[in-house]
Amino acid sequence: MSQLEIRNLSASIEGQEILKNLSLAVPKGEVHALMGPNGTGKSTLAKVLAGHEDYEVTGGSVLLDGEEILGKEPDEIAHAGLFLAFQYPLEIPGVSIANFIRAALQSRLAEGEKLDAPAYYKRLHEKMDLLQIDRKFSSRALNEGFSGGEKKRCEILQMSMLEPSYCVMDETDSGLDIDALKVVANGVNLMRGPDRGILVITHYQRLLDYIVPDKVHVMYDGRIVRTGDSELAKELESRGYDWVREELAGSPA
Amino acid sequence: MDSTEISSPEVTDLGGAFERHLALSVVPPRWKEWKRKHWDHYRELPMPRPREQSWRFASRIDFDPGGITLPSLAEVESSFPEIVGQSDLVREQAGRLVFVDNHLADRTELPAELVEKGVVFQPLLEAMERDPDLVERYLFQESTNLGSEKFHALHNAYTEGGYLLHVPDNVEVDLPFVVHHWHAMAGAGVFPHILVVAGRNSRLSVVDVQQSWQPDREGFICAVGNVFAADGARVFRKTIQNFNPRAVSFQLDTNNVERDTTVRSINLNLGSRRARFENEVRINGSGADVKLYSLTVAKDHQEFDQRTLQIHNAPHATSDLLYKNALLDESRTIFSGLIKVAEEAQETDAYQTNRNLLLNEQAQANSLPGLEIEANDVKCSHGATTSQLDPEELFYFLQRGIPRRVAQQLMVFGFFEEVIEQFDHEELEENLRALIREQFSGDVLAQPTPGAHAEPEETPAS
Ligand SMILES: Nc1ncnc2c1ncn2[C@@H]1O[C@H](COP(=O)(O)OP(=O)(O)OP(=O)(O)O)[C@@H](O)[C@H]1O
Ligand SMILES: [Mg+2]
Repeated sequence: MSQLEIRNLSASIEGQEILKNLSLAVPKGEVHALMGPNGTGKSTLAKVLAGHEDYEVTGGSVLLDGEEILGKEPDEIAHAGLFLAFQYPLEIPGVSIANFIRAALQSRLAEGEKLDAPAYYKRLHEKMDLLQIDRKFSSRALNEGFSGGEKKRCEILQMSMLEPSYCVMDETDSGLDIDALKVVANGVNLMRGPDRGILVITHYQRLLDYIVPDKVHVMYDGRIVRTGDSELAKELESRGYDWVREELAGSPA
Repeated sequence: MDSTEISSPEVTDLGGAFERHLALSVVPPRWKEWKRKHWDHYRELPMPRPREQSWRFASRIDFDPGGITLPSLAEVESSFPEIVGQSDLVREQAGRLVFVDNHLADRTELPAELVEKGVVFQPLLEAMERDPDLVERYLFQESTNLGSEKFHALHNAYTEGGYLLHVPDNVEVDLPFVVHHWHAMAGAGVFPHILVVAGRNSRLSVVDVQQSWQPDREGFICAVGNVFAADGARVFRKTIQNFNPRAVSFQLDTNNVERDTTVRSINLNLGSRRARFENEVRINGSGADVKLYSLTVAKDHQEFDQRTLQIHNAPHATSDLLYKNALLDESRTIFSGLIKVAEEAQETDAYQTNRNLLLNEQAQANSLPGLEIEANDVKCSHGATTSQLDPEELFYFLQRGIPRRVAQQLMVFGFFEEVIEQFDHEELEENLRALIREQFSGDVLAQPTPGAHAEPEETPAS
């Protein structure tokens, strides 16, 4: 029950089927990695989970702690506990990081309840220090003019402030230099725990050296074709995806 | 009048409203003559039609300004204590006047120091008694060139509520003069008259707050504001229009700007079913520096119609206009601006910018920027941009749990902040942010979302 469970999910965009009967489960307390070649549908999966309106779900279900989230509005899904760290975080002119996160936290409070501002800023600054983000950034417009690495760090800042039950991180490692990668991995590792399930989408073993996954899934052409332990990621790193492709060609889908 | 006039939507003086008004009016006989003259003028002028250039994009005029009534003092008096209690947008002030449906409801005493310096801050009627020469020099000297001539004439025929602010030569006043103009009774016609006369090298700021007492009473408000800034004067005018969503309002402003003046005007427009705002600046002296700002939040089915004219008749002057509209729901805005630079106005810097933020696909922003330049050595630019809340941006907000209405609110504050800061008065800025925030709660078209009350203000990072 306490898991993010994706059952036989199919979804398409503009009439083109991207997710094809995909099944995957991330229990609380575990970190799973999702790997797969470009264009295989990893970001599509992340956005479908988050309720993006552009995708048409043609079958299956997604349960968050047993509760169906397909068909819900993106903000309802967020409130149900799912967080998506974007592969390409958007620039939001005029809205500061502090105000953005504050509004996100406020939206989780009951009607009439107010966020304790000093406590909020104290926590925000602690998390920023941890992720080695200059505190001055809190008043900067969200992601506006940020470097690729700064944007990714800012996603993790939001994630750690919102403390979601389930995190889907879409290529958070791309664009990070080695030092930033360690800092971000450390931030994510601190969030690991029995009350949280994390799905890390990545192309590189490098990240998984720091965030060691409990399971690794290989996605190919809209479905999961292999699942293994962290050794699988190492195998992919050295052999690429061709062998997956060949194996699939040998056996009917 | 003949019967065809009566059946038309443009009927004037239905049932003799003006004659009754004139009979009851307490203005001096001379003023009554002016009234009649303006009334006749009003009747002669044709009702504007949407296909006219100066009414382009405006929706059809669906109200009859001739049928309005002016509530008597006896009718509105009982509301005064409550309304005066609510006239608290700015506490730190040099003086305050409160008008309710054209009647003076309250006033503060001017500090003795200002009285000694010759500062006049009085209801028009009183000023007319005490200093008729001064009043006559400026009262009813202006009209509008921007399309609402007929409504301007109507204003002149009816206006009695309003004030004269006169700061004599070389007198500087730090704190703002504050005037509240309230619309209270159902169907009331309200005609605020704002007359600001700034002497040579004087300095002043004035805040006009226009509001409705009740949330659901219809009203027709037609305000006229005339600023006269003598050489070297520094004038800062701040206007807040927040009538209820059933009111129809007009604000017809002119600014006469002389040598080396610094003139600022900022308008915050939130209220009315439809609101027309005409703002004309005439730069008659070299070295003048004029900045015109406006912020509008349009929602539901509101229509905000803004027409501006920056006239440069003298060299070496600057005028800079920035009008920002945030549109929600199915609202509409119209911005039509013209910069006119006369042949002798060399070395003019004149700018005009209209920015629109569309927060809903059903909203509609119209922009008609224009330039007419006869001088050859000028820097002029005009531009209009319309940006939208991109669906992917909205998805980002939503994914963080931030509901649509709050996302819009955050975007609007981001969009407005550079102008809000220009109000240059902390208390007022805070109160205006609160007024803007209110626009995002309790909406007809808004989806109810729990906890839709974010606090967009920033506390400084330590
Ligand atoms: N809006 C769209 N319209 C049409 N096709 C789309 C759209 N969005 C995505 N696709 C297609 O869906 C497929 C899956 O894309 P997706 O972004 O999910 O891949 P990915 O696995 O995340 O790739 P990468 O590793 O490069 O990030 C691609 O072929 C892409 O071109
Ligand atoms: Mg991707």
